[in-house]
Amino acid sequence: MPATGSMDARSGLSFDLLSEDTLLVRLAGDWKLGNRLPAADEVMKQADAGPKIRRIIFDTEGLRGWDSGLLIFLIRIQELASQGRTVTIEQDGLLPGVKRLLHLASAVPERKGARREEARISSLDRLGGSAIAGWKSFLQTLEFIGEAAIAFMRLFSGKARFRPSDFFLIIQECGAQALPIVSLISILVGLILAFIGAIQLKIFGAQIYVASLVGIGMVRALAAIMTGIIMAGRTGAAFAAQLGTMQVNEEIDALKTLGIPPMEFLVLPRMLALFLMMPLLSLYADLMGILGGLVIGVSMLDLNFMEYFNKTRESVSINDFMIGLFSAAVFGVLVALAGCKQGMQCGRSASAVGEATTSAVVTSIVSIVVAMALITVVCSVLNI
Amino acid sequence: MMEKKEPHIIVEDLTMAYGDFLIQRDLTFTINRGDIFIVMGGSGCGKSTLLRHLVGLQRPAKGKVLYRDFNFWDAEPGERETIMRSFGILYQSGALWSSLTIGENISLPLQQYTNLSPGQIREIAALKLSLVGLTGFDEYYPSEISGGMKKRAGLARAMALDPEILFFDEPSAGLDPISAHLLDQLILELRESLGATVVIVTHELASIFAVGNNSVFLDPETKTMIAQGDPKKLLAESKDPKVVNFLTRGEGTKKE
Repeated sequence: MPATGSMDARSGLSFDLLSEDTLLVRLAGDWKLGNRLPAADEVMKQADAGPKIRRIIFDTEGLRGWDSGLLIFLIRIQELASQGRTVTIEQDGLLPGVKRLLHLASAVPERKGARREEARISSLDRLGGSAIAGWKSFLQTLEFIGEAAIAFMRLFSGKARFRPSDFFLIIQECGAQALPIVSLISILVGLILAFIGAIQLKIFGAQIYVASLVGIGMVRALAAIMTGIIMAGRTGAAFAAQLGTMQVNEEIDALKTLGIPPMEFLVLPRMLALFLMMPLLSLYADLMGILGGLVIGVSMLDLNFMEYFNKTRESVSINDFMIGLFSAAVFGVLVALAGCKQGMQCGRSASAVGEATTSAVVTSIVSIVVAMALITVVCSVLNI
Repeated sequence: MMEKKEPHIIVEDLTMAYGDFLIQRDLTFTINRGDIFIVMGGSGCGKSTLLRHLVGLQRPAKGKVLYRDFNFWDAEPGERETIMRSFGILYQSGALWSSLTIGENISLPLQQYTNLSPGQIREIAALKLSLVGLTGFDEYYPSEISGGMKKRAGLARAMALDPEILFFDEPSAGLDPISAHLLDQLILELRESLGATVVIVTHELASIFAVGNNSVFLDPETKTMIAQGDPKKLLAESKDPKVVNFLTRGEGTKKE
């Protein structure tokens, strides 16, 4: 029996030509994934070298340990052997555990069509697909707004079904509990406005106009926008996550099958609460912003308190207040709509809840800015 | 039950689909009053989807669902709601409203549909809870109780309005064997005492044989029903290897 194979001590693979048509493959050492394992091609190289070889058998006496690495090696040999070769693989020499696993791996044949082919979609196809998807989601939004409007009608006719205690709880969550963060942000925005204004106005000795700048800026636009953005991140996201989780949990199904419309029971109190609380929060943010400006005015610009107060009162008109409050109410509706819509139309998985929350915040912020732009343009056209 | 059979729910030629994706087609079967009807079949065959069609959560692509002689899906939404009020549904996860206590969960349907005083509603809620063995848990929130207790609380809520038809979506999934057995007993007990019709979606063999007296078998490959009738009879008489395999836990042969 002449040893014809190359002997590689580390990999533990060696060959013996038992007879003209039989190749013995000796496996030795540790066949584990962490080690460097020889490639199955080497066996085939040997098998192809002797043109008369018909059988491959194994000897595992020297094998000290094995794991999936050995299985992959053997499965690869089987695959290669079946590719246009007339070689049969005999598993008799293998360990019983290895044989059983090999048998198990080949027990269920691959189901046709189970393997996902990388589908080739032309860019035109993709463009069309996303256009259709966009149109659908637009229709869904319209439908949601319509349903919300109907729910509001029912509220005014006194037929809406929701628990007052839920409503007050939501009012508390999106009203009083938002005060600290609204205070902080508004004071800082007021400070920043005053600082920026002060640098320019000081040049002309017109420091007193810092009061006008901060007053009009906050009251007319910034208070509403900042409050809107805070509420989008705080409350809109919470709405989407709450309703989305209820969707995943089948809680919304349970409401529907009991004949309690989720639009009235869940969405209406949330929209109403935010619609009512946003103008109040915005009004509070106005005051906090002016306070922030006042701090800078008094401490850095040598203005006195009464001067600043009078200048603010003189320059900020009731129109500015009305525009600010109106914007805030609009933002409240937008944030609640976006949050509730994403929550109600959420898919039934944990990742869908995450997506719903993200897109609720993004939609809210984008629609706040767009709405503000529209309101500003309309106001300037109407000269108010 | 030997009394004469009166059809309660009739499904005619029902086809279910999500958009273009067909779930099941050509389903035709009848559920009689007082039946404990099992919807069975392998995972992903559309059992729960069938339940969603029966309870009004999803509109069929084709076909009819009749409650006695009332066409459920062709009815006005208001009429449909009236029928739905006679349902009690236990969802797979319990689906208790997480912002309400157990007691409030059971009270909510009563507040919506009855003119009972708050005191009476509290009494009824306590009664339903004691029926499912959860006396005294009124003030707990769903997140504070175990999975098995959630299922039982869900059952108490499903029974709140004394329903004519009880639907169960995988009632024993996620329960230990003893709790599952107790739930089966409870289902039998409720059928006897309330005279309700019961529809159960499940693939728990033990429950199927313990409680079911009628069934439909949905096959995911041919996407239609391939057997119906009393599960015990199906086991004894069916020639279809798929059905026999399912009912014998894949052993393929019938025990004598």
